[in-house]
Amino acid sequence: MSSTELGTRPGGGMFAFVQRWISAIVVAPSFAASLFFVYGFILWTLYMSFSNSRMLPSYQFAGLDGYRKMIEASRFSVSFENLFIFGGLFIVVAMVLGCLLAVLLDQRIRAEGVLRTIYLYPMAISFIVTGVAWKWILTPDIGIERFMHEMGFANFRFDWIQDTDMVIYTLVIAAVWQASGFVMAMVLAALRGVDQEIIKAAYLDGASLPRIYLGIIIPSVRPVFVSAFVILMHLAVKSFDLVVALTNGGPGFQSSLPANFMYEMTFRRNQINVGSASAIFMLGIVIAIIVPYLYSELRERKR
Amino acid sequence: MSFMRTSAFVGAAFAVSLMATSALTTVAHAEPTVEVLHYWTSGGEAKAAAELKSEFEAAGGKWVDSPVAGGGGDAQATVLRSRVLAGDPPSAVQIKGPNIADWAEQGALADLNSVADAEGWDKLLPPQIQKIVKYDGKYVAVPVNIHRVDWIWANPEVLKKAGVDSVPNTWDGLFAAADKIKAAGFIPFAHGGQDWQDATVLETIILGVGGADFFNKALGDLDEASLKSDTMKKAFTYFRKFQGYVDDGASGRDWNLATAMVMNGKAGMQIMGDWAKGEFFAAGKKAGTDFLCVPTPSEHGYILNSDSIAMFKVKGDDKVEGQKVLAKLIMGEKFQEIFNLYKGSIPARIGVPRDKFDSCAIKSMDDLDTASKGGTLVGSVAHEILQAGAVRGAFLDVATEFFNSSMSADDAVAKLAEEMENAKD
Repeated sequence: MSSTELGTRPGGGMFAFVQRWISAIVVAPSFAASLFFVYGFILWTLYMSFSNSRMLPSYQFAGLDGYRKMIEASRFSVSFENLFIFGGLFIVVAMVLGCLLAVLLDQRIRAEGVLRTIYLYPMAISFIVTGVAWKWILTPDIGIERFMHEMGFANFRFDWIQDTDMVIYTLVIAAVWQASGFVMAMVLAALRGVDQEIIKAAYLDGASLPRIYLGIIIPSVRPVFVSAFVILMHLAVKSFDLVVALTNGGPGFQSSLPANFMYEMTFRRNQINVGSASAIFMLGIVIAIIVPYLYSELRERKR
Repeated sequence: MSFMRTSAFVGAAFAVSLMATSALTTVAHAEPTVEVLHYWTSGGEAKAAAELKSEFEAAGGKWVDSPVAGGGGDAQATVLRSRVLAGDPPSAVQIKGPNIADWAEQGALADLNSVADAEGWDKLLPPQIQKIVKYDGKYVAVPVNIHRVDWIWANPEVLKKAGVDSVPNTWDGLFAAADKIKAAGFIPFAHGGQDWQDATVLETIILGVGGADFFNKALGDLDEASLKSDTMKKAFTYFRKFQGYVDDGASGRDWNLATAMVMNGKAGMQIMGDWAKGEFFAAGKKAGTDFLCVPTPSEHGYILNSDSIAMFKVKGDDKVEGQKVLAKLIMGEKFQEIFNLYKGSIPARIGVPRDKFDSCAIKSMDDLDTASKGGTLVGSVAHEILQAGAVRGAFLDVATEFFNSSMSADDAVAKLAEEMENAKD
């Protein structure tokens, strides 16, 4: 019996019911699961952040105590400052670099498929691997600095990973290396979707190539930037493993990010309330940035 | 009538068979069982844990091994928490210091007093160790070892080349020796820039500068005046001086790599607990000739670190029996000797033969005795004996932030007082 026959057969009550509600039935389990495991636990974490939980979860209300302790800890201010430096630079550099790569690959060059794969591959690697590899590359005694010394440049210095002020930029380097190929792939796919007729018309009118890109192509692939931004943004906020592998938060805790702060407080220092408070704070940052952005994008599309 | 009789008969038969089965089940479950959650997963520690397992099995017990590797116990703590919350705690868990009291406060730990009284633990354990493993007058954990934290490990070859006769016993003398070592072209102090290593050095300096009473008042009672005192400022000034004798590549270095620098003659000295000894022995080095162990400068001070096995409340006679057998074995002379020979520490109890221990361990035993009698024995903050959790974390934060910035000693003590106060309940 083929499926078309099944679909058209005038069935009984049960069959009609299933046919009518099939999408709801299929979606319901995952809907219920995410309602509970995602939103349920967000609420639970919110409650924990207002409780006096220390080693074990406690349901005794303690007001803003967890938040007060969080704000007073110097580890917290360093972590959140780092998030803005790291997140901002990572998103901007990865987007610019990704667009540039996509435009260059779009020039109908030879071996495009191979190049595209090479640039995209870092995304397939876990952040732990990226972190460990870049740690080796950036550590002065074994990485770039030593290589340059052996090449004869004895005064070459590149010790950012051990420098308290510069260490945060090593995270940006590693993260950009990993994510820019992914942005490239997204933008490239969108570029290929642009109507060639318009471009040809622009050519005939004598527009230069940069002009065509800036004036026609980039604006028409704008939705892709929204997607890329949202993806990069959440990668930045949830970054944890990269820090653990690359610097382990050091020197001191100068390269720690909010997720590392949350882990430290919740799992190492028996401060579940403070850890939960920082988790809620991170959620707040994501909401504060993404909601207005999505709102403005959706409103524009409706028009 | 007949119905009644029959039913009485059936009932009796039923009761007998029930008794028989229950007798059978007790027989079947009599084998003492213990599940041990620990993080002794590397090198000498793993060997030591295997030793305990074979002793337990020789005593007729069933051993369920639950090692959780990595993270210096963080991963294990997470497993433990979820197991306790799920109502299925492991019977024996490697935890230390004030964490034992925290779990006991939750009512999660078993009472070991029956074993302790029978074995006379009160006479076998130094009072400072009793304080760690007892809660509310009851034994809830068994200590396995004592580590000394305030050691200097030195390379005699390097000292000789630098013209330093012996490791000085004052901090000023130590820094003068460091100058000579530096002038001779070596790194004076091998150090790893990780928060707990920074804190380890800082606490040995605080003990040296302020003495045991000051150490306990400031870091134990968190007395604000002591934390902000000139003595504490002096300790931070010395810590800054120490930083000047550390090489640029220290950031993030693991402690055992720093030990290797001393071993290979790249560096003169390292301040580290006696687990560093294991690295020297593993490389075939001999105490006294290939490396020296000297306490960091202080007035007969001794910073103690100790591991313990806490027993959790479990259901089932076999498990309860298993805990008693295990507790007895851990406190036994044989286990304390073998385990500590493997681990580089010294036995937590009195009366273990000394002849197999090396000269550093014997010095540690003698100094512990002196410090214990003279009241100069203190618990380590960096290694979770005097403080745990958030307060210990605050100490680590300030130590490492100071070490990795150009913060002044004045700012450091203000920060220390503020963060430690903030972290306590």
